[in-house]
Amino acid sequence: MTPRARLAVFALAAVGLAALLVWGLAGLPRFGDYEGRYGRIIARDTVPQRKATDAVGVTTFDYRGIDTLGEEFILLVSVVGVMALLRAHREETDESRARAQELERIRKAPLPSESLTLLGQTLAPIVLVLGIYVVAHGHLTPGGGFQGGVVLAAALLVLYLTTGRTAFRRLRAVAAFEAVEALGALGYALIGVGGLIAGAQFLHNFIPHGHSGLLTGGTVPLANVSVGFAVAGAIATLLSEMLDQDLLRSRGGR
Amino acid sequence: MTALQAVLLILVGAGGLAVAATRDPVRQALVASLFGLLLGALFFAFQAPDVALSQIVVGSLALPAMILLAIARTRARAAADRQREEPSE
Amino acid sequence: MSFLPYAVAAWLFLVGVWGIVTSRNLIHLVVCLTVVQASTYIVLLGIGYRTDAAAPIFADIPTSTPTVDPVVQALTLTDVVVEATVVALLLALAIQAERRFGTLDPNELGALRG
Repeated sequence: MTPRARLAVFALAAVGLAALLVWGLAGLPRFGDYEGRYGRIIARDTVPQRKATDAVGVTTFDYRGIDTLGEEFILLVSVVGVMALLRAHREETDESRARAQELERIRKAPLPSESLTLLGQTLAPIVLVLGIYVVAHGHLTPGGGFQGGVVLAAALLVLYLTTGRTAFRRLRAVAAFEAVEALGALGYALIGVGGLIAGAQFLHNFIPHGHSGLLTGGTVPLANVSVGFAVAGAIATLLSEMLDQDLLRSRGGR
Repeated sequence: MTALQAVLLILVGAGGLAVAATRDPVRQALVASLFGLLLGALFFAFQAPDVALSQIVVGSLALPAMILLAIARTRARAAADRQREEPSE
Repeated sequence: MSFLPYAVAAWLFLVGVWGIVTSRNLIHLVVCLTVVQASTYIVLLGIGYRTDAAAPIFADIPTSTPTVDPVVQALTLTDVVVEATVVALLLALAIQAERRFGTLDPNELGALRG
């Protein structure tokens, strides 16, 4: 099928799809007139029951914790998939000659300017602290495990972009990132099992809920921390997998 | 429906069109990063700060980083193949 | 006017699919997919919105103020993370496809040959 014919078919289908979408979306309640019961019950009961103030975080990790378990394992499986796809490629290249070339390129690669390195080394600890803050306060203010985990991985990215690649290659320990991610996922599952051990159902919130402030919410802060580890490890693994010897080889070759 | 929400919705619509219409992948990664930021602002206007934070962090940070790395990886591979073919000529 | 969020969501969906259909580069295709996913976020958040309501964070407001729906926001949060994982996997597939066929053009990818 030629591209023009494909475009014509798409145009017809798009008109039909647009009509269906508008008809379907027009059947929804008016924007702003939300009348659902589940959301109102949760918003009313979050603070009295769990003493934690972020209703979305408590919903994600406590009331709908099983969905988050599934989501975390989606992340794990996707990282495994990316690693499987990209590692198979790496083993097929000529090993010894490629390695010798790569070491040569690393030695010859120019470093970024010193002001950039200074900026990166100043910024990375700040971003790290910000990530830890976002993870730790996930049950009180907007934030939580996912957001904080990606911010933590971003600290690593800042280091890569601003310091020399040799420093990053020494720092880059893919095995450590994978271990961190696996520990995070395992931690979340163990929290669920803890609910079973405590005599109630899987993912039951079995830790005392506290009164106010940081130590509230029961298992929610623990789940935040484990998810933060898992996501930080996952994103760091993904970025490290895509940065590879090919990158260094081509830069030196020009 | 406040004015801010209406303006942000229209900007998001235009941003989506810009992302799809930018053909060069490197430029598109940058436009996608801006689109993620606009979406984050829209989610703030919809009273969803958690989701906005997540969208900004994922759509403006992790996604463009992965896209640029994938582009670099495909270009590096193509250059390495050219290099490997040269000694045989 | 109150239909605007859903209209923008439908528009983003169609624009994203148009980008996918007319794409000449696999990586461009994957980024157009994120536009399609953005339309679903807008629909979800539009459903849960209540006029003149506050965000569902009770750190500094009394617990009896009317808020927007927190469950829909938890769903959208999951959705955003899943988008990142899907894009990562698709980009790895694109890299593999380029290795196999030498090109990133979807029109020139070979058929599944036996």
